[in-house]
Amino acid sequence: MKKLLVAATALVFGLGLSNVSGAFAGSSRDYISIVGSSTVYPFATVVAEQFGKSTAFKTPKIESTGSGGGHKLFGAGVGVQHPDITNSSRRIKKSELEKAMKNGVKEIVEVKIGYDGIVVANSKKATAMKLTRKDLFLALAKDVPSGNVAGKTVPNPYKTWKDVNPALPDIKIEVLGPPPTSGTRDAFVELAMEGGAKKFAWIKALKKQDKKAYKALCHTIREDGAYIEAGENDNLIVQKLEANPNALGIFGFSFLDQNTDKVQGSFIDGVQPEFDAIADGSYPVSRPLFFYVKKAHVNTIPGIKEFLAEFTSEQAWGDEGYLTDKGLIPMPADERAKYQAAVKNLTPLTLGDL
Amino acid sequence: MSNSDAINGSGNGRVRTMDIVNKGLAKRYKRERRFRMMGLSAIILSLAFLSLLFISIIANGYTAFEQTMIQLDVHLDAQEIDKENLAAANYLGLIRTSLKKTFPDVKKRRDKRKMYNLVSPGASFMLQDFVMRNRHEIGNTITIWVPADDDVDMLMKGNIKRDVPESERRMNDMQLSWVDKLIASGQIKKVFNTTFFTAGDSREPELAGIWGAACGSFYTLIVTLLLSFPIGVAAAVYLEEFAPTNRWTDLIEVNINNLAAVPSIVFGLLGLAVFLNFFELPRSAPLVGGLVLTLMTLPTIIIASRAALKSVPPSIREAALGVGASKTQMVTHHVLPLALPGMLTGTIIGMAQALGETAPLLMIGMVAFIVDIPGGFTDPSTVLPVQIFLWADSPERAFLERTSAAIMILLAFLVTMNAVAVLLRKKFERRW
Repeated sequence: MKKLLVAATALVFGLGLSNVSGAFAGSSRDYISIVGSSTVYPFATVVAEQFGKSTAFKTPKIESTGSGGGHKLFGAGVGVQHPDITNSSRRIKKSELEKAMKNGVKEIVEVKIGYDGIVVANSKKATAMKLTRKDLFLALAKDVPSGNVAGKTVPNPYKTWKDVNPALPDIKIEVLGPPPTSGTRDAFVELAMEGGAKKFAWIKALKKQDKKAYKALCHTIREDGAYIEAGENDNLIVQKLEANPNALGIFGFSFLDQNTDKVQGSFIDGVQPEFDAIADGSYPVSRPLFFYVKKAHVNTIPGIKEFLAEFTSEQAWGDEGYLTDKGLIPMPADERAKYQAAVKNLTPLTLGDL
Repeated sequence: MSNSDAINGSGNGRVRTMDIVNKGLAKRYKRERRFRMMGLSAIILSLAFLSLLFISIIANGYTAFEQTMIQLDVHLDAQEIDKENLAAANYLGLIRTSLKKTFPDVKKRRDKRKMYNLVSPGASFMLQDFVMRNRHEIGNTITIWVPADDDVDMLMKGNIKRDVPESERRMNDMQLSWVDKLIASGQIKKVFNTTFFTAGDSREPELAGIWGAACGSFYTLIVTLLLSFPIGVAAAVYLEEFAPTNRWTDLIEVNINNLAAVPSIVFGLLGLAVFLNFFELPRSAPLVGGLVLTLMTLPTIIIASRAALKSVPPSIREAALGVGASKTQMVTHHVLPLALPGMLTGTIIGMAQALGETAPLLMIGMVAFIVDIPGGFTDPSTVLPVQIFLWADSPERAFLERTSAAIMILLAFLVTMNAVAVLLRKKFERRW
């Protein structure tokens, strides 16, 4: 028994030593570390896998931390313990860039990779909804304009879609969507709700007078049970829609694309979410996706240049690239050329760009 | 008779106690039956839920152990493959040429793209592997089985229905006709899915496996076991055998019991602050995962070990001390060996708990896409439950069955560990 105890103590010390060696191993990382948006994750992982298989470099490690969490980790500093690339389902905020620069991350290269559509879908068992952004705003906002009086709002009184717009069916408003931590929710609120709110002249005018009040009005989703936060798992939303034909769900286009036998996208402003409609911009609720590269790491971590080349190659993000198979909507050719050049020259982002 | 007299009393006009008892008997039996039924139905209910869980997981997941393969005849053109630089050859092109030969009447560019997608994007890497291992085959035409694309796989397994309108399925009529042609010529078959057990994660369901996550779990648990067992046992021995009972030890005891009830995510935050930010250990490493899980399992092990020590009767200690053993000798020679089975049981249960944990690993970067199989304690890696979480969140339909299959594997591990704990207890337990 004594021997066993001695052995156990030795093991503890041994591990303590390997702790130190672990810290040493950290000082020369030989793989790319990527963090950020869960929306970009499915695309970045495909590129990473392709890159790992077709080159001699290790496969990059990709964490799905959400856009905000990604920028926080990314902007924490320069050095191997900090990630090299962050994915983002929105553009970097001025405050995030300022913070990164304060922490010594002076040069950040911005790369737009393509677009993602946000769909409002329902079960195939029901008929497709023909919505407008105004309908979505009126159905989902916490406070809605009352009558025609400018500046007057009431807590959302609408119970059914018919209350919102007489042309819509008499079905209870029931929308399953992502929680506030999600980038999809941010984009939906900004593109669909705000887009709909702007249809009211006085709300549009409010933007100039009182930006805070304007944002609070456009971006706040009702909390009386009509909007159900369904967690970040979009597969779950699809399953729930299948079980409840009266409900609508909000998620990314790639999930609609994979589940066309179960759910259908609603028309928004007369356009159905289809690949071509999102690509040419006629579908109104689509957003650009980005990733950001730390220039200081390009020459210290092996493979970053090659990874960037793979991501921005035509076989990846082109019109018929493998990313389109995963549901990414490609950028027009001239925009692709612009970002390819930015990657080649590693043109850093400045505060003035935002 | 005197006995019953004493109970019943002796007066004649009074109600006998026995009558009261008899009167209430039926009611009491009834109550007893009802109570037993309640307990029984609680058990039946939980068994029903358990079997529902197992049935739904197995029904969803058993198909993942099979994978559809497609047979291709590939001509390894000696002009295409440079023998000096095998990696540079266009293997994708060779696969595509072979597919074109199989379906010569596909001409349109769009259709060709669909045709190329019948096989997995991993096919070209498989071919490359084959050529690297069999250099002498260059110049010949070989027959190779490559994994089918996940859509074809889902069709073969009946998860894409053929009888719905074309617009409602992911494969159009033309793609179905190609698959039918392959079926007719015997060039498509389902085989046991070895990839699932040997590969790391992948974004292509047909190439994804759990071996990477299993290795990550293994390294993480090794660290956890090596740290938490000795520390936990030492703490328990000191508290139980050496520590004086005073306010301080009471405080420690209360705190250990409290720690056992702390939500695991809190340990993750602690790990982030201490191990990553202060000690600057690498993110996503099993080493850090193991350290965090050690913190989480320590209270469990300490409590179980103390209970095991308590169950050793004092007479053993007194006897040892009585023949002149020192306190350390008494503990190491007599008490510890007798308490060890109980301690091991507690440790195994703690390990099983650690194996199923995801929340604390979120904070230290182990929820990540990692393709390469981890080879050490500082390589980036993920663990089994995290792999399940990541697959459950993937849009591809084929990941659904893989999620269930991975759950089955995890459950198998957990059941095995718990069974070992039960066996250990049964074999070594001593009653005093």
